Amino acid sequence: MARRFDAGYYFSEGFHSIFTHGFMSFAAVCMIVACLLIMGSFSLLAVNLDHMLGDLEAENEFLAYIDENYTEEQALGLQAEIEAIPNVSKVTFVTRAQALEDWKEGREQNDLLDSLQPEVLRDRYRIHVSDIEQLGQTVDQVELIQGVADTSVALEIAQGFVLVRNIATGVAAVLIGILLIVSLFIIANTIKLATFYRREEIAIMKMCGATNAFVQWPFVVEGMLLGLTGALIAFFAQWGIYQLVAKLVIQGNGLSLVTVTSYLSMARNILAVFCGTGALIGVGGSLLAIRKFLQV
Amino acid sequence: MIRLIDVYKEYDNGTKALKGVNMRIDDGEFVFLVGPSGSGKSTVIKLITGEIAATQGKLMVNGYSLNNIAPRQIPYMRRTLGIIFQDFRLIEKKTVYENLSFAMRAIGASPREVRRRIPYVLQLVGLDQKADRYPGQLSGGEQQRVAIARALVNNPSMIIADEPTGNLDPQRSLEIMMLLERINELGTTMLVVTHEKNLVNRFAKRVVAIENGRIISDETGGYYNGEKI
Repeated sequence: MARRFDAGYYFSEGFHSIFTHGFMSFAAVCMIVACLLIMGSFSLLAVNLDHMLGDLEAENEFLAYIDENYTEEQALGLQAEIEAIPNVSKVTFVTRAQALEDWKEGREQNDLLDSLQPEVLRDRYRIHVSDIEQLGQTVDQVELIQGVADTSVALEIAQGFVLVRNIATGVAAVLIGILLIVSLFIIANTIKLATFYRREEIAIMKMCGATNAFVQWPFVVEGMLLGLTGALIAFFAQWGIYQLVAKLVIQGNGLSLVTVTSYLSMARNILAVFCGTGALIGVGGSLLAIRKFLQV
Repeated sequence: MIRLIDVYKEYDNGTKALKGVNMRIDDGEFVFLVGPSGSGKSTVIKLITGEIAATQGKLMVNGYSLNNIAPRQIPYMRRTLGIIFQDFRLIEKKTVYENLSFAMRAIGASPREVRRRIPYVLQLVGLDQKADRYPGQLSGGEQQRVAIARALVNNPSMIIADEPTGNLDPQRSLEIMMLLERINELGTTMLVVTHEKNLVNRFAKRVVAIENGRIISDETGGYYNGEKI
């Protein structure tokens, strides 16, 4: 009898086995859904945090004061030079008069303020950077431009943003990694229970002369189908949970500090990651579970 | 053909199961392997089927040297053997036909080969009318016939039966042994491990007796249990 890869047989056996051992299949799918939901929730939290920090970073700016001896026209002439610095994303010129208006804004009206003249202030540039991590270097480069008298920058705050984002990304990555490994072992144990009931079948197959690959393939197909089923259920459940949590966050967010990324904008990626992870832990779990029973 | 040359087997717990066993079984022979519990019969079977490896000595099974066989070659060696167990080891959720097709598909037989071979084998063991029954719907004797059919279905050159009548009454035991004899007459080598002296004595085949890990007698037309060996 010819040795061959019988994909139809493997698929048929794997598919039927899901229903033959219905309860264990149900348990395995539930475990996959639970693991993916936990991982998904952490990932979405990390994504939202990253977006929020990104937004805050985008608002980050510093001021470059122009020498008071420069006329407004001379000061304006420096814009092109500042814009040429690589990390500078946006440059806005603010005249002394405008700066005074801005300063007065929000303060109580009084005669003392009204007596202030724009000449006490300097023309300035409001400069946005694209990469907050290079803020320090950008400030140094701006200070080297002739005509820039001084700069005002909250470097500690910028570094704080970077630190928070890096910690959040690191923590999320570690948590997701740990959860992935834990999920793999939970699934392996769940499938091992299912496999335990079938150890006799495996022993018979081995005694008849079945190769390890022949025994494994139906379990791989079964694990993959269970993983993909779990991934689809988890995808829709995650959608529902996310919408609910997003609604609660937006309702309780009086200061509008927190923004929530739309689920639909990430749906394709989430589905792909869930399907990939579900299939991986399904197949990996199956192979881990069956390994022991192959030693006949 | 099976050859065991000065085979020793010591388990991890220190038990010395075989102490220099020599045995040769030629193609077409019918051999009873007899001996008390713990004598080493099961160890011989496990060595022949490649479940365990010998500690020392040479072992040949149907052209495969088991001393240096690669693990991936073991399935192909096993395809030359058909194995029958005392407790039948049928899959309860599969019908008689499915139990047999399962064994055939396990070694890569096509659906066409399965359809052609199974009716012939079921007819040989007298179960052609019960192909759609589940093991639970059959008597003990019938279940053992299914197990024999499963051992035969891949057309092995040798059948190893480990206490095949251990769970059957005397009449069913005799029927099973007669069936094994008929299969042997059709050309399949037969190695039957048993305790049942009446059956062994009645069939007057070659009898290999083992005790304390040593072959104590090997005689064609021999008897078992001290009456004559």
